[in-house]
Amino acid sequence: MTQKLTRPGTSRGAEPGPGTGAPDPKRRGDRVFRGFAMGAGILILVILALVAAFLLIQGSPALFADPAKLISQGYGEFLPWVLPYAFGTVWAAILALVLAVPVAVGIALFISHYSPRRLAQPLGYVIDLLAAVPSVVFGLWGSLVLAPAARPLYEWLSANLGFIPLFSGTVSGTGRTIFTAAIVLATMVLPIITSMCREVFLQAPRLHEEAALALGATRWEMVKMAVFPFARPGIIAAVMLGLGRALGETMAVTMVLSGTRNITFELLTSENPNTIAATVAQNFPEAFGLKTSQLIAAGLVLFLITLVVNMIARWIVSRRAEFSGAN
Amino acid sequence: MSKRIETTDLNVYYSDFRAVEDVTITIQPRAITAFIGPSGCGKSTFLRTLNRMHEVIPGARVEGEVLLDGENLYGAGVDPVRVRRQVGMVFQRPNPFPTMSIRENVLAGIKLNFSRMPKGEQDDLVERSLRSANLWEEVKNRLGLPGSGLSGGQQQRRCIARAIAMAPAVLLMDEPCSALDPISTLAIEDLMSELKEKYTIVIVTHNMQQAARVSDTTAFFNIAGTGSPGRLIESGPTDKIFSTPDVQATEDYISGRFG
Repeated sequence: MTQKLTRPGTSRGAEPGPGTGAPDPKRRGDRVFRGFAMGAGILILVILALVAAFLLIQGSPALFADPAKLISQGYGEFLPWVLPYAFGTVWAAILALVLAVPVAVGIALFISHYSPRRLAQPLGYVIDLLAAVPSVVFGLWGSLVLAPAARPLYEWLSANLGFIPLFSGTVSGTGRTIFTAAIVLATMVLPIITSMCREVFLQAPRLHEEAALALGATRWEMVKMAVFPFARPGIIAAVMLGLGRALGETMAVTMVLSGTRNITFELLTSENPNTIAATVAQNFPEAFGLKTSQLIAAGLVLFLITLVVNMIARWIVSRRAEFSGAN
Repeated sequence: MSKRIETTDLNVYYSDFRAVEDVTITIQPRAITAFIGPSGCGKSTFLRTLNRMHEVIPGARVEGEVLLDGENLYGAGVDPVRVRRQVGMVFQRPNPFPTMSIRENVLAGIKLNFSRMPKGEQDDLVERSLRSANLWEEVKNRLGLPGSGLSGGQQQRRCIARAIAMAPAVLLMDEPCSALDPISTLAIEDLMSELKEKYTIVIVTHNMQQAARVSDTTAFFNIAGTGSPGRLIESGPTDKIFSTPDVQATEDYISGRFG
């Protein structure tokens, strides 16, 4: 009986004592896998460093050039030049998130806690399918369908809520405004936020949900008590992932927006701020020399914005770690 | 405050599977009633019908009547949310809300009901509930902290405090000590004996010594075999069930011959 209990790996011949002879062949798998995992971890750092180095080296002519030279060639000083684009990037992304997050959380919650199981699964598939639509298609849809269709809404907003600075100004004749771009961006970031939130909501501990229900919580109160607090870090992570996508999205914005270089919070006019990614895409084909450097340096700014956004997200998630659902 | 529970011919289903069959039992107020029986005999399932927690599982349903002082919990138009505010529950594993402080946990149920309780009253209630749960002295200096450092037994008493803060008529306990060490178990048992002065207490336990120690009435559940529904075999005063039960199966179970 006791012999049967020896593990098959160690039953061959005499068992090697600790530190003697060749290591157990079974451990080789361990070492290989550890090496592979570590290599993958290092690889991602190397790629990131290379991208940063590329941006820095290729962009530096524009960053460190004599301002007089830049101005004489008609490019303008770098920081004043890039600032409106940086603003446009962040502004469009924030607008997109304001539109997308409530809807995404709502859909995720419906799938995880409200819908009958027969409906939940197809709905999940549809959401994932939305993520598979290429951004060019979203761009076409935004400029050809959404923009003209949204124009009456914009006119109504301007006429009735024009006293709010966001909706002031003359309404764009084409409907191709930053608001339209934000709606398109929102549609694009919706699937990723939704599916991440759904996963987190589904993982909310059954035990805590039952605790809330047993105290006499309604379904919504149960969600507030036992699901949201647990899912909070996950929701933030999902939002940040969506924000990352919205910040970097190029094609849809390029196609919807005929942006200019200005800083304005007005959503409905034809004078719209452009984003960094769209500016690079629009100008890169004809750029050479210093102009190329300038665009690459703009890419560096985008890179930094994304980095800062992610660091803020990390900080928010870790701030109340003691109260998190992890303990 | 304390109320009597009567069920008549209660059948409990998970979809098409009948888990518990024809349970008729009366549970006395101001007393501890223990449900004992082998695993899978339906005692926890039956317990969860007493505060309508059974039906939160998809496909689960109940047929029959549960009367709480004569009022049918399954009557037409009875809101399960209201039922659960009257019938408190303590679970197998301590499940305090991890994102809330000790104080917020105790007040969690109250916040649902009477959202506008003045702060002074809240403080009183927190102290009263924690004292009733024999936890006040141990946590009074860290009410604002999440309490993740509390032991399992303290966590479970915190959950009891949370349940009794609602001033329920009945307190259901589903194997409340199964995840606790003997010292913590003893603390919970002492607490139960104090609480029965005010509440109807129903406890499910796998520990027969525990049932013998704390309960006034014992009900024995059993199943004929896997796939067949659980039944109430007999119930009566704990002394009698543990000395001279009427049914042979009860005696076999009590004396450790199976289960």
